[in-house]
Amino acid sequence: MSQIDIQSSIQKTILKQQKAEDRRKLVLNGILLMLLLLAPFVIYPVFLMKILCFALFAAAFNLLFGFTGLLSFGHAAFLATGGYTTGYLLSNYSGLTTEMGIIAGTLMATVLGLGFALLSIRRQGIYFAMVTLALAQLVFFFFVQSSFTGGEDGLHGVPRGELFGLINLEDNLNMYYFVLAVFLACYLLIQRIVSSPYGHVLKAIKQNEPRAVSLGYKVDRYKVLAFVISAALAGLAGSMKSVVFQLASLNDAHWHMSGEVILMTLVGGMGTLLGPVLGATLVVNIEYQLGQGPLRDWVDPILGAIFVITVLAFRSGIVGEVQKFVRKNIG
Amino acid sequence: MSMIFGVPMAVLSGQLLIGIINGAFYALLSLGLAIIFGLLKIINFAHGAMYMLGAMATVIMFDALDVNYWVALFLAPVLVGIVGVFVEYFLLRRIAGQDHIYSLLLTFGVALIMQGVLTNIYGVSGLRYAMPDMFKGGVNLGFMFMPYYRAWVIVAALLVCFGTWFMVEKTKLGAYLRAGTEDSQLMQGFGINVPLLVSLTYGFGVMLAAFAGVLAAPIYSVTPVMGSHILIVVFAVVVIGGMGSIGGAIITGILMGVVEGLTKTFYPPASSAVIFLVMVIVLMIRPHGLFGKES
Repeated sequence: MSQIDIQSSIQKTILKQQKAEDRRKLVLNGILLMLLLLAPFVIYPVFLMKILCFALFAAAFNLLFGFTGLLSFGHAAFLATGGYTTGYLLSNYSGLTTEMGIIAGTLMATVLGLGFALLSIRRQGIYFAMVTLALAQLVFFFFVQSSFTGGEDGLHGVPRGELFGLINLEDNLNMYYFVLAVFLACYLLIQRIVSSPYGHVLKAIKQNEPRAVSLGYKVDRYKVLAFVISAALAGLAGSMKSVVFQLASLNDAHWHMSGEVILMTLVGGMGTLLGPVLGATLVVNIEYQLGQGPLRDWVDPILGAIFVITVLAFRSGIVGEVQKFVRKNIG
Repeated sequence: MSMIFGVPMAVLSGQLLIGIINGAFYALLSLGLAIIFGLLKIINFAHGAMYMLGAMATVIMFDALDVNYWVALFLAPVLVGIVGVFVEYFLLRRIAGQDHIYSLLLTFGVALIMQGVLTNIYGVSGLRYAMPDMFKGGVNLGFMFMPYYRAWVIVAALLVCFGTWFMVEKTKLGAYLRAGTEDSQLMQGFGINVPLLVSLTYGFGVMLAAFAGVLAAPIYSVTPVMGSHILIVVFAVVVIGGMGSIGGAIITGILMGVVEGLTKTFYPPASSAVIFLVMVIVLMIRPHGLFGKES
């Protein structure tokens, strides 16, 4: 057999393996999709929607923290801005259809994100975290003082309305499939971003910023764009959340929310696609399950303990650790 | 009654006094944060919780054991300092050398635990701590009334701040500390026990927070969540002063208290946000803070 023959046969096997892997992934994704489609018949849809909203929020945050290496401690501001904008518009302008309200909320969060990014992007590491935290506090106090947010009470009774003026979202199943569709679209978008050349530059910035600079990348621009996308998606999560729960409140703007999204991302596995989704599912479940039982008053300390244990024992998060394990023992 | 910009003199000076007192607390707290960050590169999100522990310890010791104010002023910081040393030794030490961000996340978790546990035991409505007898009353300065206790808070805070600054910047111990964090291997080669120094520094930083907590007990409402809000303000103060700058933290702390007081007089709605606004402006003009060095 000649050299070329051997090479081509090796290539063929590799191709075959890849195809098999692709098929396996396709089957796996198909099963997951089926589960998500059938889930509302087994589990209370509003609870599922809560998970999806927080999963989107965490995935948006992870784009910045996990893939670009920027820890924003102010992401609650975007969640709340999306929520309040959508809530206010839908409550006060009955002509608006639901998706218009959600788009408006997302746009507001995007603009705010651009503002945050321009002010903070030149700061590194913890300084960046502190600046975003302070900016988010400004936003928080703005919401406390403003009359349109309903102050401490928040906005109640946001109408869910009709999607495109056609589909009645008061129905939980309709609402669920809408939220699921938006979530999946965003998830695919993030996946696309991360695997694009742009995403690779982000990862390069995370790993070694001076090197990325010396290679000629305009690092600040890449970071600003990542920040804005992340803020927009977080705002979208907030907008949907306010429609789902028909409520926008100060809780979403409080800095504890910024901490919570960090916890979700960290527990699930930062810098992985599935990690934040898993983390959000886990944290929302823990909060809900504990909230029902005798440990009702111990939610905060338990979340704190999870934080401590995660940072000490498995910094790569659940998905990250599983990946490591697989790589070591199987791959 | 004399007026300044349409505001009665007495109101203005009253708000200024409150501003200076708040500033004294900001200074004490941000000083501790600046030491912990500047020397250990730890972002101590548990600082507010330590401040709260100091205040809670004061009230609890008084209720249970009749420990008086002066003893508490010494004992509470020591107890909290010991808690701090434990936190450093058992938790923070394990992530030394990792990204600083992990210290932020770890201490945030610690703060959640402390706050949550104490909330379960004591609720959030607030404990009462009686003003010590000798501080009751005040003196009329002619243009305003000055309660004795508030005067004492200012004096005590300034003394402690100055003493700390002097110790870190001007004494041999301070020099060891700074050297130990600059190049710990070299210092260990010289026979200095650097890990011990690190534990003690963290302990000392949180002692300052607890000291502020004791000072706060008679005038502020003592609750398990009292540290949660002030922490964020103090972080802003540290950033404005320049992270890690010890002198900068003290001066900025008092300055920001005054700025807040003035805002409360002239435009009340902005008073709780003004410090964050100042921070944004300072960062745009001087990215390393007012007193920070280019890193």
